[in-house]
Amino acid sequence: MSKSILYDATLCINCKQCEVACAEQNKLPYNETIAAEQKQSAHKFTVVLESAAADGKFMRKLCMNCADPTCVSVCPVGAFTKTAAGPVVYDETKCMGCRYCMLACPFGVPKYEWDKALPLVRKCDMCADRVSAGRPTACTEACPTGATIFGERETLIAEAQKRIKEKPDQYVNHVYGVEEVGGTSVLLLSSVPFEQFGYRSDLMHDPLPMLTYRVLARIPDLVGLGGMLLGGIWWITNRRAEVAAAEAPVRAHEEK
Amino acid sequence: MPEKFQLPKLTFWKAALVLIALTGLYATFVRFAQGLGASTNLSDEFPWGIWVGFDVLCGVMLAAGGFTLTATVYIFNLERFRPIVRPTVLTAFLGYSLVCVALLFDLGRSYRIWHPLVMWNPRSVLFEVGWCVTLYTTVLALEFAPVVFERLQLERPRRILRGISIPLVIAGVMLSTLHQSSLGSLYLIVPQKLHPFWYSPLLPVFFFISAIAVGLAMTIFESSMTSKHFGKQLELPLLRELGRILAVVLLVYTVLRTQDLYHRGALKLVLQPSYETWLFLLEVLLGLAAPIVLLLIPRVRQAAGGLYLAAVLTLLGFITNRLNVSTTGMETSAGMHYVPKWTELAVTASIIAVGFAAFALAAKHLPIFSNHTGAPPEAGSRRSKAIFVEKKEEGVLVGR
Repeated sequence: MSKSILYDATLCINCKQCEVACAEQNKLPYNETIAAEQKQSAHKFTVVLESAAADGKFMRKLCMNCADPTCVSVCPVGAFTKTAAGPVVYDETKCMGCRYCMLACPFGVPKYEWDKALPLVRKCDMCADRVSAGRPTACTEACPTGATIFGERETLIAEAQKRIKEKPDQYVNHVYGVEEVGGTSVLLLSSVPFEQFGYRSDLMHDPLPMLTYRVLARIPDLVGLGGMLLGGIWWITNRRAEVAAAEAPVRAHEEK
Repeated sequence: MPEKFQLPKLTFWKAALVLIALTGLYATFVRFAQGLGASTNLSDEFPWGIWVGFDVLCGVMLAAGGFTLTATVYIFNLERFRPIVRPTVLTAFLGYSLVCVALLFDLGRSYRIWHPLVMWNPRSVLFEVGWCVTLYTTVLALEFAPVVFERLQLERPRRILRGISIPLVIAGVMLSTLHQSSLGSLYLIVPQKLHPFWYSPLLPVFFFISAIAVGLAMTIFESSMTSKHFGKQLELPLLRELGRILAVVLLVYTVLRTQDLYHRGALKLVLQPSYETWLFLLEVLLGLAAPIVLLLIPRVRQAAGGLYLAAVLTLLGFITNRLNVSTTGMETSAGMHYVPKWTELAVTASIIAVGFAAFALAAKHLPIFSNHTGAPPEAGSRRSKAIFVEKKEEGVLVGR
């Protein structure tokens, strides 16, 4: 079964232990300056956001590891893969750097190493190697309050819904990630609207890859029909020219 | 025109060319030595800039004359257009070659440009575009090769290519249809990011129809330019006919686009002044309203100058359209303005300059224009000869 992460913002105390653990896991630098950065980047795969109102509300950002990921579908070299366990992984030996994944991702997750001469795309891969070994992600393990927990997707959805039901005044009545773009492996709970932290509320509930696949699926038919049509038109116009040419001497003779 | 009169003008253009090339070379050095961050104003929020929006999207669009005209002459058998096939195919071939060069600049790891040919992902629109552009560039090379063979007097390869010319043209038209439209499909995946003026499920259809319009406009533009600078006689009757077809294609596009905007509820946004509204109006005014009005006035449509103006406006209008789809239409959702860095502009300018220079060189040394070879009647009958050659041997039929 597929694993997921549930982040409950109401339990988060902004200790940034998840950021530290993530940096360690992915061998990224971490210091006070990076800790203060309020956005994801090629050197910061997860970030705890503070609300602009500074009212003690927080929200994590990390790769949502979608069920039917946009990045997997758009990548022209198939550098992204959705693993059965849940994580969406990136093969850096394939990537040619077209950055279509960055343009297409509805969550703006893939980031680029802009300052390198030979850059790569970087993103959270839900600790794929740990998860495949049956261990939880680094950020879950580091979380001291249980704001981030790890488990089966179905179990976590049920848990999230239970929490909303038990304390409806504490939560926005929505588990973010259950239906967005066909579902994600990261689920979010919050006491304030998700848009406040840059999560889109206008995402469709079908996977985005459907939008392009619908068109791409027509190509084989188009090639067959189009080729036939063009060949047919050529045959007719050409035959006309042939006939006209063949009849020309006869006509010329008759006119005399 | 006496040659001595042209000399100072040529040196000015040569000087400009050298200047652009030097700036471009330095920009190239910055790009490959220090990476995309140092050489572009791209960022995580704005990953695609003018190297995609202009060099690739507009480059492919401006090269659309190749498939439009080869289809006209070879498939629809409208032989009278044959004299302008060669310069148009040359433009297309140069256009696609330069798109490939631009991609080398834009890709983070250019040396992996061949990866999509080996590492497949058929669900990706960009994978399909990659394959189509590769194949079509090859087709264009083969379509143009006879000109080179003719110059080198290599009869055998020329004959072989002539034998496969029809399948080649059909393949070219199919490939063009696919990737011209697919460049629009690329943006189907960003319904939340692209402004409603431009995001539409019909993007591939709009990209395809406008490619035909631009192909026609580009043929008029390029014929006018070459007649001016190479002293070639202007094929005015042919251009008039292209102008008429251009008006029809633009009208079809306008009707479809308006219907689409109306049904998606985006038409009323025109009444709300915003950054996007001005850009949309600019695009519509330049690319649709002005050229349609000009082309519908017979006196303008008949005149070389009027046709030229209508063509240039069409080109500018659809360049605006492609830039709106790929850059300006994405700015609001990205929460930032993107202005290309000087290095981005320098590389793009150099690529355009190389295109013009290569065309001029080819025009000088290769039999591109019919009056250079003195060949219109011969060229006109060449294909019919090839087709009828078997039957001629049987004595049944004499080619035209």
